Parts: sequence; C-alpha cells; structure tokens
Amino acid sequence: MSIDSTKLFELVIAASLINNFVFTRFLGLCIFFGVSKKMETAVGMSITFTAVMMISAALSWLIFNYVMVPLEITFLKIIVFIGIVAGFVQASDTIMRKVSPGLYYKLGIYLALISTNCIILAVPLINAGEHYSFIESLAFAFGSGIGFALALVIMASIREKLELADVPAPFKGLPIAFVVTGLIALAFTGFSGLIKL
Amino acid sequence: MAQTSTVRYLDLIKNGIFKENTIFKLALSLCPSIAVTNNLRNGVLMGAAVLFVQVMVNITISLMRKIIHPRIRLPIFMLVISGWVTVTDLTMAAFAREAYKQMGLYIQLIVAFASILARAEMFASKNKVTPSMFDGIGMGLGFLFALTVISFFRELLGKGSLWSFPIIHAKPLLIMILPAGGFFAVGILMAFFNWMSMRHESKGR
Repeated sequence: MSIDSTKLFELVIAASLINNFVFTRFLGLCIFFGVSKKMETAVGMSITFTAVMMISAALSWLIFNYVMVPLEITFLKIIVFIGIVAGFVQASDTIMRKVSPGLYYKLGIYLALISTNCIILAVPLINAGEHYSFIESLAFAFGSGIGFALALVIMASIREKLELADVPAPFKGLPIAFVVTGLIALAFTGFSGLIKL
Repeated sequence: MAQTSTVRYLDLIKNGIFKENTIFKLALSLCPSIAVTNNLRNGVLMGAAVLFVQVMVNITISLMRKIIHPRIRLPIFMLVISGWVTVTDLTMAAFAREAYKQMGLYIQLIVAFASILARAEMFASKNKVTPSMFDGIGMGLGFLFALTVISFFRELLGKGSLWSFPIIHAKPLLIMILPAGGFFAVGILMAFFNWMSMRHESKGR
C-alpha cells in the first residue's frame, strides 16, 4: 500500500512540475494566454479546470475500460472522449445554473471555454495510452490540474506587472507574453530529472 | 465570370495565409505550433495533416449544411472533425511510424483546434462547396506556412541542420530546440509580423 501511495505522489509531482502541461507539453495554450491577464480570472479558471478535468478523466476511464475495450472499438477513442468532455461540460453548465446560480455566475464563463481546451482531452488520451489504473488516472488528472493552475497563477501575476512596463510596440500583447512564457519554461526545465518514473 | 471567380478563390487563399493567419494573427491553435516544431520535418507533416483535416471538414460541412439543424450544429461539427482526425491519425500511424511516435498525441488533438471549428462555423456552413474548399486550403496553407517558418528557424538554430541534413557546423544554440525556444521563436516571429503590418499601414497612409 505504501508503495502505491509513493507512486501516486510521484505521478502528481511529475504531472504538475516535471511534465507541466503548459511549459513542457505546450497544451492548453489558447486558454493559458486568454485568461492569464488578471489574477482573479486565473484563479477561477484553475478551480473550475481542475474539477472538470478530474471528473472527465474518471468518466472517460470508466467508459474506455468497461465499454470500449470489451467491444474492441478503442480506435474510436478520439470521437468518444470529445463527446464525453463536451457532454459533461454542457451538463454541468446546465446543472450549475439551476442548482447554484451564485457559483454559476462566478465560474460559468470558464466552463464554456474549457470544452475547447486541449488538456482536458489530452489527459484521457494519455491515460488510455499509458494504461493507468483508475486511481492513477485520477492522480494524473489532479496533478495536471494543479500544474495548469500553477502556470496560470504565475503568468497572471507577471502579466499584471507587464501592463505597466514599457514594451516595444510590435511586442505589445501576445508576443511579449510568449517570451515571458519561454523564460518560465526555461526555469521549469530545472525540474526535469527530479523523479525517475 | 469565370475570371472573377478565380480571383475570388485566390483571395480566399491569400486571406488564410496572410490576413487571418491562424497562428501569427489570430493566435489560435498554438499548442502544436510549439510542440512539434523542433524540427522541420515534423512541422511540415503536422501542417499537412491540419491542411488535410481543414479541407475535408470544410467540404463535408458544406455538403451537409442544408440538413444540419442549427441548434445541434456544434456537436455535429465536432463529430465530423473528430471523424476526419481519426482518419488522419490512423493513416499516419500506418505510414509514418517514426514521426507518429513523436507527434501522435498532437495529431489526435487536432480535434480541439479552435481554428477548424471556427472555419466550419463561420464559413463552410454558409457557403457552397467550392468556396469552402478554397477557404480550407487557404487556412490550411497559412497554418502550414507558419509551422514551416517556426520549425525552419528552430531546427537551423537549435541543431544546425535542415530536414536533418547538417548545414551549419558551429556549436548550435541548444535552447532553440528546448520547449523554451519554441515560445521565444513564436513570440519573436509574431512581433516581426506585427512590425511588418505596422510598417505597411504607415506606408499606406
């Protein structure tokens, strides 16, 4: 049991720091650059994102292993996973609006954005490709969510300062954000080799 | 009449490559633009895959545009896109094994490209088959062009080679093939394109 929990811990660390989705796998960049302008939206997005990621990873794992593997239709995984994610996001959007309008008012807009995020789709695909067990899949999804949250918060705090900086005109906006991300990514390469999986 | 329509098709293609270039101008679908561009061959292959998916999706949507109910159009677009992505994915897995090992995940993630969905929604669902096809070709070529430029510089500077033929024999700048280098390359190229269009505008005035 203790070996198991070490392995899970390693998975979380690996997914959040070493293979951070934004800085080393370059996924979810559209949202990353879209919502990292303000700290408040960054935090809201991170919370919604981690929750949706874990639930959709769990759903996809169950459907992949109990429906698609027995039926030998694993080649359809792209279509099925995107269906699950889009369906789940739509459903939680509707449920949230009815059950807790306050929460919906705060986090609802992020939900719509999430369904077009590559990370949300990449996590189930990687889980299926690596043959993770159910708990491992959840740990991986959680780590990825934390990693994305970390990236968003770091980036948001830098970009709030960047608003006041005197940037050369052609670099204004996205280009300078890219260069900054490059610098953070450089720092994150320092984590590689922290754990051998 | 024939001549005007050729001009229009050319305009559609040009629009995709320059005015609405997916990566440099719209800043959409950025993930693969950095992930697979550390060498020229992967960049070109990825661009070609996206070009294929974009054209086929546009054609399919345009053919089906009269029978798709507007309220459920988005799920149907997603289904069509993921169908064509699966075709590309399996084809690459069969014929380009080496490259597929490195970029398989990113091929599968073409599904989540905002740009493809956006073109299906904005153009193909409202236009006839031929213009939709040319719109797809234009957008796809624009993407291919962007990936080629990025991967050209990254491989040349990072490894000193092009298409894995050695060109420069000096010590390469290792940083360019690292993840960080991808961000730098895209940022600097974007700034360059901004600078070009700014200059263009001030000249026009």
